[in-house]
Amino acid sequence: MSSAKLVAESGKILDVAAKDAPLTVRGLTVSYGNKPAVFSVDASIPAGSMTAIIGPNGAGKSTFLKGTLGVVPRLSGEVRIFGKLFEDARDRVAYVPQRASVDWDFPARVIDVVLMGLYGSVGLFRLWRARHRAQAMDCLKRVGMADFADRQIGQLSGGQQQRVFLARALAQNAEFYLLDEPFAGVDAATERAIVSVLKELKAEGRTVVCVHHDLSTVAEYFDRVLLINVRRIAEGPVDTTFTAENLQETYGGRLAATHIDELHLA
Amino acid sequence: MGFVDYFISALFLQAGYNSALVAIGAGLLGLSAGSAGAFIFLRKRALVSDAISHATLPGVGLAFIIMVAFGSDGRWLPGLILGSAISSAIGLLMVEWITRKTRLTEDAAIGAVLSVFFGFGIVLLTVIQTMSSGRQAGLENFLLGSTAGMLISEATTIAIAGALAAAFVFLLRRPMTLVAFDPEYAATTGVNVRNIDLAMMGLALIVTVIGLKIVGLILIVALLIIPPVAARFWTNQVGKMIGIAAVIGGLSGYIGAVLSAAEASLPTGPIIVLVAFGFFLISALFSPLRGGLASALRHQRFQRRVHRRQGLLSLARREPIYDGLTIRILRRAGMIRADGVATARGRIAAEKAAHDEARWAMARRMLPDDSAIERYDGLTPIERMMTPDQIAEIDRMILSAQNAQAQQGATT
Repeated sequence: MSSAKLVAESGKILDVAAKDAPLTVRGLTVSYGNKPAVFSVDASIPAGSMTAIIGPNGAGKSTFLKGTLGVVPRLSGEVRIFGKLFEDARDRVAYVPQRASVDWDFPARVIDVVLMGLYGSVGLFRLWRARHRAQAMDCLKRVGMADFADRQIGQLSGGQQQRVFLARALAQNAEFYLLDEPFAGVDAATERAIVSVLKELKAEGRTVVCVHHDLSTVAEYFDRVLLINVRRIAEGPVDTTFTAENLQETYGGRLAATHIDELHLA
Repeated sequence: MGFVDYFISALFLQAGYNSALVAIGAGLLGLSAGSAGAFIFLRKRALVSDAISHATLPGVGLAFIIMVAFGSDGRWLPGLILGSAISSAIGLLMVEWITRKTRLTEDAAIGAVLSVFFGFGIVLLTVIQTMSSGRQAGLENFLLGSTAGMLISEATTIAIAGALAAAFVFLLRRPMTLVAFDPEYAATTGVNVRNIDLAMMGLALIVTVIGLKIVGLILIVALLIIPPVAARFWTNQVGKMIGIAAVIGGLSGYIGAVLSAAEASLPTGPIIVLVAFGFFLISALFSPLRGGLASALRHQRFQRRVHRRQGLLSLARREPIYDGLTIRILRRAGMIRADGVATARGRIAAEKAAHDEARWAMARRMLPDDSAIERYDGLTPIERMMTPDQIAEIDRMILSAQNAQAQQGATT
């Protein structure tokens, strides 16, 4: 993989072998007002990998994800999903937004939210059939939420809400999953449930990218990292890229040296 | 014919072809307003529809002036509707543009657009008053709505447009639901969020302009928003909520139009809004799902269950009970005597509660990821949430833990 990767001038990656990689980003820049939140970031996510996007608060991790999916407008840069424009590869991608981005008092039951993941395949006019409900229930079972199908979503705990969001993405049956902070503020049971589902996805050959904030679990959950602090700091396999040096560069003075020591890095 | 007699006969469409048609038109207007308003409410953009409705006024005035200039009498409803639609669309796009291109928030943009357009409209109405043909224009009826002297063709137009708008809501229900709940996710699944938002506001615009004659531009926002707010009390499902909002809106329009027709001095718009408010009040108080009364009762029942459980656990631990409510509840249930001593029945219930508590404690240690643990409210007996096999396993573990403890006690 890395042998095919040539680092050209101004940090652009020309990745010839991975032309159809799940995600190839060149020079992505996104700004709010006139201040770039993400500046000229390159990334290349190989198929079947599990990548953590890591960086301090306000480093543009979520913005990077949204920029690749066109949720926020791009100022410049190119994004290819499986070698195509996102618009042409949409049905191969599933996005799990941050749990806090929606109003959970919305009139919906758990099953209704999961069925939203099937809107694309059901179409505008057709009604739900038993087949769709069974599909949604399967996804709920995978995240351990089948007993909650008829609950109002406002009655769920934060971890349960996160699992419902994951179930909705599973319903899309995509090849490439992008998750925004799936482990933020969830209980231990939820974290175990989500990790096991993500590992299943990887075992099935699918690709997973997570915005992640807990440095202590990176090596356990993921096999690749993308370190971002507005700019791309480093990208690659965990054992060679998730190093004390790179973390120091990513976090600057905001990460105490003692904290890095506790991670027992190479 | 007295007011009540007339009202009842009109309610059943027996008061003449004309007023029946007006009532049906108002009903269909309410139906489309309620269903379209449901999405506007869920998208939290109720005030945008207020800006849209106030922005119709200059269009009404200009359309009148133009039609008079071309020699017609200026009151032709389709012409006025077209004018109002154009000016409110301009108002809507201005709100959009200000929010997107400047750092102003939407509420500021709404305030600016609403007041400027409405002010301009009032100036135009005043000018029209001084025109020779303006005296009998009756344009001020567009402010609060009036069905008096409404033409059959007008009522038919309103009825058809209302039905079409409601059908449009039904067609767009899935993308609109998705955008209202989770716009970012919607965008990744291929929904054009901006277009859906525009369609949503376009629906509000259509409802507003066809509702000008009946409800009036000042109060149409109430017909868009009150029905969904009332409907929210009855259901937790968006599909049902839209249906209920449509029914409440439709009934409000229908009953309100009949009421105001029965007494010509009653303005139609305010009456329709008051009827809608009646539905809101009933919903807010009496809905078994989210209504105030049911919530209060549920809370009280829950409080009593908590006190009963606490009291029984105190009895099991042989602790004194001080809480007055706890004592009253236990005494009324025959668990304790007047002097506070547990009855035979109370002792059995207390033991059962303590046993259940111990089983749950063990269950939490043994099966931390089981969904029953997540769903446990702290009061429900374990038999109702776990299988007999699971409970047998829990009991085995409790027993072996007790044995281990006993052995430890024997050795020391």
